Amino acid sequence: MCPAQTLKPVADLGRRAVKCRGTAVIELDNLSYGYGDNALFSQLSLTLAPGSFHFLTGASGAGKTTLLRLCYADLRAVKGKVRIFGEDAAALDRDAVAMSRRRIGVVHQDCQFLDHLSIAENIALPLTVSGRGREAAGNLEELLNWVGLGAQANQLPPELSGGERQRAALARAVIVSPDVIIADEPTGNVDWEMSQRLLGLLIELNKMGKTILIATHDLAMIRAAKADVSARILRLKDGQLLQAGAEL
Amino acid sequence: MRPLLELIIGDPQADRAVPQTGTTARLTVFVAAVMAFLAVIALAISLTTNRVAGLWADELARSATLRLPADPATADALLLSALDVLQTTPGVNSVRALSQDEQRALLEPWFGPDLPLDALPMPQLIEIVADRDGLDVDGLRARLSAQVPGAILDDHTAWRAPLLKAASRVRLIGWSVIVLIGATVAAMITLAAQAALAANVQVIRVLRLVGAKDAYIARAFVRRFTLRAGAGAVIGAIIGVIVVLVMPQGDGTDSLLLGVGFEGAEWVWPLLIPFLAASVAFFATRTAAFRRLREQT
Repeated sequence: MCPAQTLKPVADLGRRAVKCRGTAVIELDNLSYGYGDNALFSQLSLTLAPGSFHFLTGASGAGKTTLLRLCYADLRAVKGKVRIFGEDAAALDRDAVAMSRRRIGVVHQDCQFLDHLSIAENIALPLTVSGRGREAAGNLEELLNWVGLGAQANQLPPELSGGERQRAALARAVIVSPDVIIADEPTGNVDWEMSQRLLGLLIELNKMGKTILIATHDLAMIRAAKADVSARILRLKDGQLLQAGAEL
Repeated sequence: MRPLLELIIGDPQADRAVPQTGTTARLTVFVAAVMAFLAVIALAISLTTNRVAGLWADELARSATLRLPADPATADALLLSALDVLQTTPGVNSVRALSQDEQRALLEPWFGPDLPLDALPMPQLIEIVADRDGLDVDGLRARLSAQVPGAILDDHTAWRAPLLKAASRVRLIGWSVIVLIGATVAAMITLAAQAALAANVQVIRVLRLVGAKDAYIARAFVRRFTLRAGAGAVIGAIIGVIVVLVMPQGDGTDSLLLGVGFEGAEWVWPLLIPFLAASVAFFATRTAAFRRLREQT
């Protein structure tokens, strides 16, 4: 059964007020970043408003993953500012970064699971590390069913297929009811049908009020999403962030 | 205090977040056990040396020997004068003139059992035992020189000083060994913790990504290494105590090695070793973990 077709509201995933200074949940202001002497971005700006839906496209190596990592303070900007929920990311100490991560659900292309823990334990990990492990018991089963992994709860990550792993990663990203969901090539390793399922889940989360930022080179998925969501499409090219859309 | 409390209470879910590493765990327990065993033995030797040296020094300090000239013509008169002086000296608890048999026994190791003591001009020895406050040796010497000419007072200073010095050295060596053992435990645990942290780079990365604070990640490692070191030290300390208990025992006055062990309140020390080992492991792992986490991200 397709989870996207059987969506139902999950208790803690409902709409809630986003607490942040200003109007943006994440804001990149005149951002510059590079590896060594090679500048990847220069004076790049982006604002993610609460409840917005963004696609980020670009060729391989354009810097999509780097841009996402800057958005959740996994990297620090060389120049310019990154504001996460109104706070200057450069001024956040390590604990503050950890706290901000609890408001940002991240879905990686390679999922990044702890292979010695079951899928259920991996999905519950954000609650566990924030000292809310007991809350997991109530929501976990519902969430597993929501992403269609109820039967795989006790399996280890290596035992799952690529699509199942991606759905589990999405479940882990949303279990703490984050304000923002950042997904890096969430459909990179799955077939068309599975990519549509995952997209459906992300659109549903957006309708619940979550801000969504998806990095992808899957233009077909972006075209398919256009019918269901009002998304802003951005393209990274030559270190600049361009508005795209009409040609897609 | 709070980190210690959290360590004792523990968090099974946090513990499970970091996979077990069998070899590192076994090595940590083994090293802690060996070090605790050595610490117990070093403690036993150090404390025993301290105790026995103190006993010997106290006995020597409270006794003195008076030697009267070996002149048969004046021997009896000098003995009476000396006893009179000694019995009227403040701080003297008891005095006793050694019998000929006792003096023969003292000379027997050098001259053999058939020594014709009657044919030799032997000085008369008087054993003096001071009371708890001790006696005024200089004052006594002055009185003896005036009233018992030729009498020589030996207050055992020449014996006592090197004995106390040797005992002090042994005690210092013992405590140095214990400090070195503690430092070795800290170094070994730090290395083991760093190896475990390096082996779990990906685990740490995932935990950081889902919002784990450094303290949460560090706690999983700290708790594990602290408990391993504590458990290893308990095993080592128990074996050490058993070895000390089965060593030949004596009253400590004849031979130092016959009296190695713990007495009374000294038994607290071997009981403290597992706690000390666990504390060393706690701080070593915590320091290594936070440093590593800062470097990694």
